[in-house]
Amino acid sequence: MPDHGTVRVGCGAGFSGDRLDAPLPVVRSLIAQGGPAAIMFETLGERTLALAQLARLENPQAGYEPLLERMLEPILSLCLAHGIRIIGNFGAANPHGAAQAIRALGRRLGCPPFRIAVVTGDDLIASGAIDGLEDLQGTPRQPGEVICANAYVGAAPLVEALAAGADVVVTGRVADPSLALAPFAFFHGWSLDDTRLAACGTLAGHLLECGAQVTGGYYADPGFKDVPHPERIGFPIVAMQADGSFTVTRADDIGGLVDRHTVTEQMLYEIHDPSTYLTPDVTLDITGVELAETGPDCVRVEGARGRPRPERLKVTVSHDAGWFGEAEISYAGPNALARARLAMDVVRRRMPEGVRMRADLVGVASVFNDDAGEWLDRHGADPLAMRDVRLRVAVSAPNRAVAARAPEEVLALYCAGPAGGGGVRSSLRRRISTSSGYIRRELVRPLVEILE
Amino acid sequence: MSGFVELPLHRIAHGRAGDKGDRLNISVIAYDAAHYPLIRDQVTVERVAELFAHRRPGHIERFELPRLWALNFVIDDVLEGGVNDALNLDGHGKTHSFLLLSMMLRVPRDGLPAGLAAFSTPDASHVSSNPHEGAGS
Repeated sequence: MPDHGTVRVGCGAGFSGDRLDAPLPVVRSLIAQGGPAAIMFETLGERTLALAQLARLENPQAGYEPLLERMLEPILSLCLAHGIRIIGNFGAANPHGAAQAIRALGRRLGCPPFRIAVVTGDDLIASGAIDGLEDLQGTPRQPGEVICANAYVGAAPLVEALAAGADVVVTGRVADPSLALAPFAFFHGWSLDDTRLAACGTLAGHLLECGAQVTGGYYADPGFKDVPHPERIGFPIVAMQADGSFTVTRADDIGGLVDRHTVTEQMLYEIHDPSTYLTPDVTLDITGVELAETGPDCVRVEGARGRPRPERLKVTVSHDAGWFGEAEISYAGPNALARARLAMDVVRRRMPEGVRMRADLVGVASVFNDDAGEWLDRHGADPLAMRDVRLRVAVSAPNRAVAARAPEEVLALYCAGPAGGGGVRSSLRRRISTSSGYIRRELVRPLVEILE
Repeated sequence: MSGFVELPLHRIAHGRAGDKGDRLNISVIAYDAAHYPLIRDQVTVERVAELFAHRRPGHIERFELPRLWALNFVIDDVLEGGVNDALNLDGHGKTHSFLLLSMMLRVPRDGLPAGLAAFSTPDASHVSSNPHEGAGS
């Protein structure tokens, strides 16, 4: 592979549910900047895959990212016309279904013939490798039926897909940073065995994988951290050199911000020991990383170090975890807090013995509160204040009928509760819980299929 | 005049929370490299344990990243089961970066870090000569 100078990878989505108007400015910027390029879509949270698996059980054609067509419609023709590769884990529980949907989208848009690669092998139940699961941790308190078990596959099969000429690479569970490491390695001709280069590509992928979280999204704190036009944030693009040094920039949209602070917040996001960040591709060490602001919305990142990749791959196992019922009601004006507390006590007293329940008073003590209500007792005693208080009740239970007591009891406050409650909203849903284990690498065999 | 000033960590640092199961990580990043030593000295594992006492924290580990002007805290067992199992509205614990940033720091008045006056704040009571007057108390 010849040296291409600078390789650019942009991010079009950092989660399932991200802004659908974000990818187009990324692609336009990649076209304007020229050179080999790819756009990655990371849409697979820990629970997303289990929800997709449940959707597929109901409808065999479903089970991939529900917004796939709306994500790709604005950019597919442009990417094909300019050779920008599209890589996404939007295949979720049904990568072949996603590939068919992308093929149909291409036909509808009048695109010329193009190549789609489907990467599978992450699904340990389908492959039968589930028996090799080791060291399962975080098993839920009421472990139900296993919904799915998927290994985090690395960049190697994605590089293979790109080398086979895939215009679009569809995957299921892949380590998030591998979605970026693969195009960097492919276009620069890196060996994935070069731990330093794999570390640089993985760090770049970690910075890209949450979309706007590195370009001013999830960052604004008015008066302290202001972000220009947060309603229109340009998503990130990394410009990678062959030696592994890179800069983080953003798509040319009207808003967003890239500086050493936005980059540092995202660099440490979901990191534990910063010298040992494990991925299927490398053990990344960011303790020696140096940042330099080299221009407006442009930060140079250097000094990522790598050690050999772990011998085992991480596996996420999703279990059915019963039901979750939740409901809210508001009290406002004189004595609102006392009426809300009384409503809370009424619901508590009416709950059957042994039900796992929690109550918060939103506006007084909720997210910092604890199940036992210690925080509320310590900080919530100010009954004279004129307040707008929202009672929230949540119940978790193995069966639907018990969880339904939260919505039922809160609804019943309309006629039988304290004076002046209003605005009941409630939900009752299945709950999925995950646990993590490991599997020996050689037991997971990723498969790359090229669909013409 | 008292020799000390109290100010919330939020005035001189920012951060972000992330979760994996019932393990919470929160970064604390100085806006200005000059404030990093102050943060390193005062934002200790013990003080973080106090802030999270009502959640009964398990192991807390602190990592120092001087090149990034940052600390990274890894706090076990404060998410009440995490997004898998918690009854909390915010099962991920995402809002907890701002609980950590509410920590009050005690700074000698004549040792007030350079550049602090440059921070615009809508609430002047954030810097007070009376340690009981600080915001968040």
